Amino acid sequence: MKVSISINDEKVSREIEPRQLLVHFIRDTEGLTGTHWGCDTSNCGACVVHMDGKPVKSCTILAAMCEGHEIHTVESLEVDGQLDPVQQGFHEQHALQCGFCTPGMMMTARALLNENPDPTDHEIRTAISGGICRCTGYMNIVSAIRWAAEHEAAAAKQEV
Amino acid sequence: MAVVEQNLPGPETERPIGFGRLKRKEDARFIRGEGTYLDDIRLPGMVYGAVLRSPYAHARIVSIDTSKALAHPNVAAVVTAKDLETLGLAWMPTISYDTQAVLAGDKVRFQGQEVAFVIATDEYSANDALTLIDVEYDPLPAVVNARKALDPDAPLIRDDKIGQRDNLASPTWEAGDEAATDAAFAEADTVVVRDIIYPRCHPAPLETCGIIADFNPQTGQLDIYNGNQAPHAHRTVYAHVAGLAEHMIRIMCNDIGGGFGNKVPVYPGYVCAIAGSIVAGVPVKWVENRTENLTSTGFARDYIMHSEICAKDGRITGLRADVLADHGAFDSTAQPTKFPAGFFHIVCGSYDLKASHVKVKAVYTNKAPGGVAYRCSFRITEAVYLVERMVEALAVEMGVDPIDLRMNSFIAPEQFPYETTTGWTYDSGNYAETMRVAMGIAGYEELRREQLEKRKRGELMGIGISFFTEGVGAGPRKHMDILGLAMNDGADLRVHPSGKAVVSISSQPQGQGHETTFAQIVAEELGIPPEDVEVRAGDTDKSPYGLGTYGSRSTPVSGAAVAVVSRKVRDKARMIAATMLETRPEDLAWEKGRWFVKGDPEKGAMIEEIAQRAYSGEPMPADMEGGLDAQVIYDPPNLTYPYGAYIAVVDIDPDTAAVTVRRFIAVDDCGVRINPMVVEGQIHGGLAEGVGIALMELISFDEEGNCLNSSFMDYLIPTALECPDFELGETVTPCPHHPLGAKGVGESPNVGSPPAIVNAVIDALHETHGVDHIDMPCTPARVWAAMQGRPEPPQ
Repeated sequence: MKVSISINDEKVSREIEPRQLLVHFIRDTEGLTGTHWGCDTSNCGACVVHMDGKPVKSCTILAAMCEGHEIHTVESLEVDGQLDPVQQGFHEQHALQCGFCTPGMMMTARALLNENPDPTDHEIRTAISGGICRCTGYMNIVSAIRWAAEHEAAAAKQEV
Repeated sequence: MAVVEQNLPGPETERPIGFGRLKRKEDARFIRGEGTYLDDIRLPGMVYGAVLRSPYAHARIVSIDTSKALAHPNVAAVVTAKDLETLGLAWMPTISYDTQAVLAGDKVRFQGQEVAFVIATDEYSANDALTLIDVEYDPLPAVVNARKALDPDAPLIRDDKIGQRDNLASPTWEAGDEAATDAAFAEADTVVVRDIIYPRCHPAPLETCGIIADFNPQTGQLDIYNGNQAPHAHRTVYAHVAGLAEHMIRIMCNDIGGGFGNKVPVYPGYVCAIAGSIVAGVPVKWVENRTENLTSTGFARDYIMHSEICAKDGRITGLRADVLADHGAFDSTAQPTKFPAGFFHIVCGSYDLKASHVKVKAVYTNKAPGGVAYRCSFRITEAVYLVERMVEALAVEMGVDPIDLRMNSFIAPEQFPYETTTGWTYDSGNYAETMRVAMGIAGYEELRREQLEKRKRGELMGIGISFFTEGVGAGPRKHMDILGLAMNDGADLRVHPSGKAVVSISSQPQGQGHETTFAQIVAEELGIPPEDVEVRAGDTDKSPYGLGTYGSRSTPVSGAAVAVVSRKVRDKARMIAATMLETRPEDLAWEKGRWFVKGDPEKGAMIEEIAQRAYSGEPMPADMEGGLDAQVIYDPPNLTYPYGAYIAVVDIDPDTAAVTVRRFIAVDDCGVRINPMVVEGQIHGGLAEGVGIALMELISFDEEGNCLNSSFMDYLIPTALECPDFELGETVTPCPHHPLGAKGVGESPNVGSPPAIVNAVIDALHETHGVDHIDMPCTPARVWAAMQGRPEPPQ
């Protein structure tokens, strides 16, 4: 079957198998390997992308269901050489080690901050609790997201 | 013994030239989604493999019919044991000198065992074809309990092994002094006995295992892409197993999405992919799914331990342990050759005992093979868990504070180097000081007061202690090897004419940050800024031989190699500088990045100038070749012995028995810290794993051998909501024999945290509910059962 999906603001039309998972479409058909796969059961969150601005686990969605929808992946976070504050925060706060969960964690964090620019630590922990990180123990991920929130707030103030 | 140089971190700076909190170099690609993990690699003409696995834990294979699968239009081949037999690849050696079926031919011995390998043009078709293979099984009784495996009428699992008449996987192995231990117990005034299980769990790195094998029939070159923790050792194993020329095999690891021991072994899927590529002449990729990872690849622990501990006059004096090790269907447990129970006999812990004695017996069961470390140096986790549970139980029996008993029994600072009663030589330590720092951070006395008050109100709060000593950094070639390979590591340092450098190492990062910290070691030793030092690992064509990364051995062995190779370069630079400055080498002094004339500090040569000179047309010192580079293979003189004091504070809901880790205090002494940020990150991660092991991670089986935890729906891993904000502290007792004074830390938090948490759970329930033991994981159901007076061991 044929689907037309907007991926990272670029509209693509592809012939796909109806059963193809979105994560496979992103990785194999589009070659965007920043989105990872880590389980088969929607538990790990390594595959989180944005669908129309909302975080979704792309292993739980068929590519066919994305007809006409907008998908954003980790590759869209950096714009014109400018890192997203979430990306910067992950680096500054040492919120990644092996890096495998990082794209999913960052996309989850980005969605959280879009909805809630000043989350509490508990809100951050709740937001990322759909994901698994085996390396960091989460503490620095929480710090990174808080860092991003604070720096976005500072940047917003400067703009005003 | 070498003298430790003063390598303590200088003032905290953003961009230290040397040790300090340098942000990681590797982050740049990972935060952009530009890491290259195994499944991200796609080669032209590549085909895909999938493994058919046994639904039974124990069954005879009557027949395998692959005709329907072969008729699938996208299927290129279906490989079975018969096909592998013709290549001599039906069985492969394990890392403990046992054999393991690559594909089952005679019978299957655990649920999930590899039976056939399908190769197809795409992953979906390969998996479709699995359902088209007809295998007729004749089920046999299965045994999944290690104790029952030794019953005389237990089904014989390894009938493939000539002369094997029972399910014993090894003769009983012993350490320590039995008679002296008997004497210590005879004169003791308190003795405590416990049966303690460290249940089977799984490292479960977020990236599963996989491989791409790319054999070129024209040249005979075999390229292997595979995220594994020991690429050089893997290459040697493939050369032996497949009869291929070692120099024609190249293994490229690229980025690895976590290992934790799970990516140490060679798995049947790897051998199938290699065989497939050799036969088909095209690249073959195989990536396991999560269920395959949890049900067939290296598990951890599964130790059934009977132990006794004794005290006299307020001090711990003796310990006995009698262990049954469940190795699954094939013994592929990871340990150095001369240590059949790994380093379990470090079980005397941090205490100055009179005597101890350890016996370990290994058995086969119808469970997946493995016995790899899960962030642990060869069974040290089991040992630490045992001794720290026993010490806690002893303190309860004696009616003394568990910290007081430890303090009374610690090896004293002046006793180092200290020979333990099971034969280890601990390098350095000041245990009481580290314990005091942890008590200070915790506010220990205040916590005990809080606990008393809460108990009066019916609230369940527990405080658990663990004080561990690990032996890591395997290891000295005089004592240890794996499959005959010395556990040494190489380093190759080349300083280019511009003064920028490349250091190639044989250890294999999986997230530990080698690209940053190893550059910092070169920076510390040579004064070359870390951004000008490229660290290369993970490609056997581009790195020196060595045994890889596990057992917290990167910094103790490979890091030492980098320090030593840097010093070799520094020594050569001194000779060249003497020629440049027209003086004698002994008249020069070193400051970071520069040799200068003693007494005339203005007169000197920077490392960049020396490098340029080394490659220039100018004269070199007599009898010295041009260039500024060096190579070493580092053979550690001893293991290193990091240690730490951990305190867990838990709350238990009296109505649901749910355990919450409210606080966790971890004071680690891992010697000198190269990059404290990276060290702390590693500690956080290991503590989270410890929370998981203590509270939820379990691989269990029903009586028929069905694995009950085969996905992340059932194999529970802690999320951000189960982990507290960890409270860290440090003491620094340099390792006397490591060139940097460093000891290694990666595994310490995983090793040390489970006993602290379990001790806390028992501490919360002992007074009110009479609970004096509970086996992990402390799930609500299991804690509830213990509260009702009917604790159950995990199945």
